[in-house]
Amino acid sequence: MAAVGAAAAAWPFIDQMNPSAAALALSTVEVDLAPVAAGQQIVVKWRGHPLFIRHRTPAEIDSAKKVDVATLPDPLARNANKPDSASAADEDRVIKPEWLVLIGVCTHLGCTPTGFEGDYGGWLCHCHGSQYDTSGRIRKGPAPENLAVPPYAFLTDTRVKVG
Amino acid sequence: MSGPSTYTPKSGFEKWIDQRLPLPRLMHDTMQTFPTPRNLNIWYTFGGILTFCLGVQILTGIVLAMHYVANAGLAFDSVEAIMRDVNYGWLIRYIHSNGASMFFLAVYIHMFRGLYYGSYKAPRELIWIIGVLIYLLMMATAFFGYVLPWGQMSFWGATVITNLFSAIPVVGSHIATWLWGDFAVGDATLNRFFSLHYLLPFIIAGVVGLHIWALHVPGNNNPLGIDVKSPQDTVPFHPYYTVKDAFYLCLFVVVFATFVFYAPNFFGNPDNYQQANPLVTPPDIVPEWYLLPFYAMLRSIPNKLMGVIVMGGAIVTLFFLPWLDTSRVRSCRFRPLMKQFFWAFAVACVILGYCGAQSVDATVAGIPLLWVARLATLYYFLFFWILMPIIGLIETPKKLPASIAQSVLGDTAAAAAE
Ligand code: HEM
Ligand code: FES
Repeated sequence: MAAVGAAAAAWPFIDQMNPSAAALALSTVEVDLAPVAAGQQIVVKWRGHPLFIRHRTPAEIDSAKKVDVATLPDPLARNANKPDSASAADEDRVIKPEWLVLIGVCTHLGCTPTGFEGDYGGWLCHCHGSQYDTSGRIRKGPAPENLAVPPYAFLTDTRVKVG
Repeated sequence: MSGPSTYTPKSGFEKWIDQRLPLPRLMHDTMQTFPTPRNLNIWYTFGGILTFCLGVQILTGIVLAMHYVANAGLAFDSVEAIMRDVNYGWLIRYIHSNGASMFFLAVYIHMFRGLYYGSYKAPRELIWIIGVLIYLLMMATAFFGYVLPWGQMSFWGATVITNLFSAIPVVGSHIATWLWGDFAVGDATLNRFFSLHYLLPFIIAGVVGLHIWALHVPGNNNPLGIDVKSPQDTVPFHPYYTVKDAFYLCLFVVVFATFVFYAPNFFGNPDNYQQANPLVTPPDIVPEWYLLPFYAMLRSIPNKLMGVIVMGGAIVTLFFLPWLDTSRVRSCRFRPLMKQFFWAFAVACVILGYCGAQSVDATVAGIPLLWVARLATLYYFLFFWILMPIIGLIETPKKLPASIAQSVLGDTAAAAAE
């Protein structure tokens, strides 16, 4: 009884640290993709994190597709728009192949990776050297997971809503 | 604190106090007549220096808190205002920021001293363990403090360190969110870090009290590592060690002041004079120098969870030290084998610190530093968990002197003193 009481009394003091309702209220952003040419990437802020939106070239899409999923360190899509069990195949990482939308947070310790660097043409995280490919999948370094894909939808061909 | 008290109240008033709150008795017994080995050297003055450092941080910190604003939108500017507008704000901030480095410099000397002279061995295990606890609290305090100016290093340092918790399986990411109070390091994080940065130094002060209390039960160890056997082995703390401590404190303050006045940003990172930007990580993020060895360990392991375990393990190991050392002799002065491995250990720590400051893919003379850091990390653990227990068993220590007095005064003088 005393333990239950103590736990009940302690809980408000623990839970106050969690995000408040205001922080939880999912924010959304709408982005106009028209100015982003193939081979370019833009960075937008979403929920306090950078968001990478990359207009991939056919060559980049090709190189992402060619990879054998079985050889990847993280075999899962990590895509909020697909079932949790979806594989890390490039098709499951995107909605439209030319647009790659990612949360720009290294899955190692949270730095923002730099685009168009590293051995795989995707991203290189300077903090501890994790490398991601043109599908945002982890290929080398200490990061355990692929870069996460946020929930998003195309409103028109050139407008996307994230969140 | 322990042992029979030698205090005799001198006036009616002192007697009245003594019967109600024997605080003067406590001060008298701990700081005046406390019997202290007569052979303590310079390395034993750092306890007093550390107490001084804590006092300086608390004093300057309270002043900074009068001008500082714990808000993600205002913090950076408020620190700049301290530097430019507040009267002597630059001085107080530079004392506080360099004070943190001086504090760690002193604590590392203090810890290596303990390691060399075997001060962690029975009956001083708890003194050592409480000390490691203080060291942990200091690291937490300094980390929280470094976040407060809300520069680029503040922000990204906070991001990387809090993300260490996300390595914990299953609950990790919830813990990280709980620490942040948001989905990323932000305003909520800054506020709670300020609250904790204000609190922890006072907790440290309390734990320092326990540290000294525990010290005053067996008394000081000494460079010979042998027990005090007779009153000839000791001198009263005052005036002998109050004066010695004060002298070396003055030298320490000269070094401290040199940094504050002539190289105030020597330990700092220029990136921290840029306001936090959640969208851009600086190309090279490095922690403060005193955390570099652990950072190098983290980076040398290519797996997230293992990296965090190794880094944490390096500190947790220190708690077990009293039982890892199997030698009957305390001081390395009489341990020819251990002495060499001790110095190799010190070098390994410096190498780790150096590697931690370089970028991950750096090389020196063609040798990748990543591998150098891996070897040094290996040695760190090897030293404590394998070498220490074994060396204690196989080593033949040198002959110990009969007593402290005999070693300091020579045979005849010691005999005469008896
Ligand atoms: C164990 C003792 C302490 C340590 C090791 C410590 C360490 C630090 C460090 C490393 C910084 C960042 C310095 C910079 O780059 O600007 C800092 C900032 C700060 N600290 Fe402390 N601190 C201690 C005690 C305190 C106390 C007791 C207070 C207040 C009651 C305090 C208040 C502040 C404030 C307001 C700042 C932000 C202003 C600034 O960045 O200079 N500190 N502290
Ligand atoms: S945070 Fe990206 S590699 Fe560590």
